[in-house]
Amino acid sequence: MSHLVLVAGGFFLMIPLAWMLSTSLKSLGTVMSLPPEWIPRTFHWENYADIFRLVPFGKYVWNTVVITLLDVVGKIVSCSLVAFAFARLRWRGREAMFLIMLATMMLPPQVTMIPQFVVFKHMELIDTIVPLVLPNWLGGPFLTFLLRQFFMSIPLDLDDAARIDGASNFGIYWRVVLPLSKPALAAVAIFMFNGSWNDFFGPLIYLHSRDKYTIALGLRSFQDQNYTEWHLLMAASLVAMLPVVLIFFFAQKYFIQGIVFTGVKG
Amino acid sequence: MIPPSSPMRRREERDGWLFASPWLLGFLLFTVGPMIASAFFAFTEYDVLTQPKWVGWANFDKALTDDPKVGQALKVTSIYAVVSVPLQILLGLCVALLLNTRIRGLQFYRTVYYLPSVLSGVAVALLWRWIYAPNFGLINSFLARFDIVGPGWLGDKDWALTSMIGMSLWHVGGGIVIYLAGLQGVPSELYEAVRVDGAGRGAAFWHITLPMITPVLFYNLVIGIITALQIFTQALIMTNGGPHEATLFIVLYLYRNAFQFFKMGYASVLAWILFGYILILTLLVYRSSGFWVFYAGELKSR
Repeated sequence: MSHLVLVAGGFFLMIPLAWMLSTSLKSLGTVMSLPPEWIPRTFHWENYADIFRLVPFGKYVWNTVVITLLDVVGKIVSCSLVAFAFARLRWRGREAMFLIMLATMMLPPQVTMIPQFVVFKHMELIDTIVPLVLPNWLGGPFLTFLLRQFFMSIPLDLDDAARIDGASNFGIYWRVVLPLSKPALAAVAIFMFNGSWNDFFGPLIYLHSRDKYTIALGLRSFQDQNYTEWHLLMAASLVAMLPVVLIFFFAQKYFIQGIVFTGVKG
Repeated sequence: MIPPSSPMRRREERDGWLFASPWLLGFLLFTVGPMIASAFFAFTEYDVLTQPKWVGWANFDKALTDDPKVGQALKVTSIYAVVSVPLQILLGLCVALLLNTRIRGLQFYRTVYYLPSVLSGVAVALLWRWIYAPNFGLINSFLARFDIVGPGWLGDKDWALTSMIGMSLWHVGGGIVIYLAGLQGVPSELYEAVRVDGAGRGAAFWHITLPMITPVLFYNLVIGIITALQIFTQALIMTNGGPHEATLFIVLYLYRNAFQFFKMGYASVLAWILFGYILILTLLVYRSSGFWVFYAGELKSR
């Protein structure tokens, strides 16, 4: 009985993806046929080549890869340092600072977005990737919190043992805590990858010239120009989603651990 | 014990601030500074190119009494949050309960239900625009088989918001992992105790399972509301706020004022209104939690 309900529900959730894949392999003519052909008579794989031919989609992919990688590296480095301070070091003001950091989670990014834009505008950094990447090198409450929760679960005796052996605090961070935290670091990398890869608002306000577009912006302008060519739009959307889907399948374990760490043990 | 004034402790004191410095810097540069600036902009007329002009409370007056679009945006955004978040939690919880019965194929089901919730952004918005497309979209071509002419969905002012809410349910799987962890954290002695007392499965659910996972539901409700109030990408890509402002979400209206009309002052006021609104809703949920959220720690003290 529960299997029946679960299969039916799962089937419903998978239909949109099947519909997207099916549409992406049709010709313009068969897209507009009733009733729709779920399995096209001929597979139009050339749709996927077309999107790279019609718009500089390859360029968009590359731009997105650069921003995403810089974001992920910056986030891992900065959040792990800050989380180490909150989880493993004793310093006056720690509790207060931690509470302040948690409180900033409530602040919608829209409040700080306008002044940030104004500052970057005056620094003539609009239409560069600096406004998109720089903030991610300076920590961030959600992922710092996730790492801090994980770091707290590592026995403090290890730090003391390393100290007796003459390790500095950085040595403890680098040689004791980080190597034991690979699952949590993987979770942070995945969350940041998804956030950065799919980000729309940031690129929308900061990137203006077409050769700097990310996939999200490219998809949007592609939609504006070819709003009825659903076979191409779906092929492009599928390409945009593919990395996230692949990472999800290969790293599902880390996803789930990361979520459990922030959601239940918080 | 290491004495607190030893060189080692002093080094730790210094390194604490040093390790935390990336966030401290980010907090000052990208949170505190901009918050002060935003509070200032709220009292000015500012188009980025010329100097900000002080206008006092004029922006607030306009937003709160003179601009029907603000009311519309708050209404639309609130309906979206209030309907979609509880629905997502309810459906997600049902799936988690079904999965928590030592069912075979748990991994498979979890993957299937969870996958849509990791997908987001413009690509998903485009996919759903195509699903809702009036003539050859997935839903209306399905309805056409039964000779039903479906509505225009996103293009129909009475259906656009409902369509957005329907789309949000694709992400029900997002909470399942957390609910499952919560369900598995319920001590099995509690179930044995009610079984000894002769209670059925329904009673066990109402008196044990549900109270024990209320903290998890509370967490998801708060995070869900904060996220839902900031909906933007779907609104811009799928409907651009239309038709007839039926999907004019508050962040979309803010975006237009800031980056299309270059009214930075007015947009800042809208941002503060959104912040205030999030604070009030979160506070209300938090206040209500005393009535329905049950922490296991309390059990021991009774």
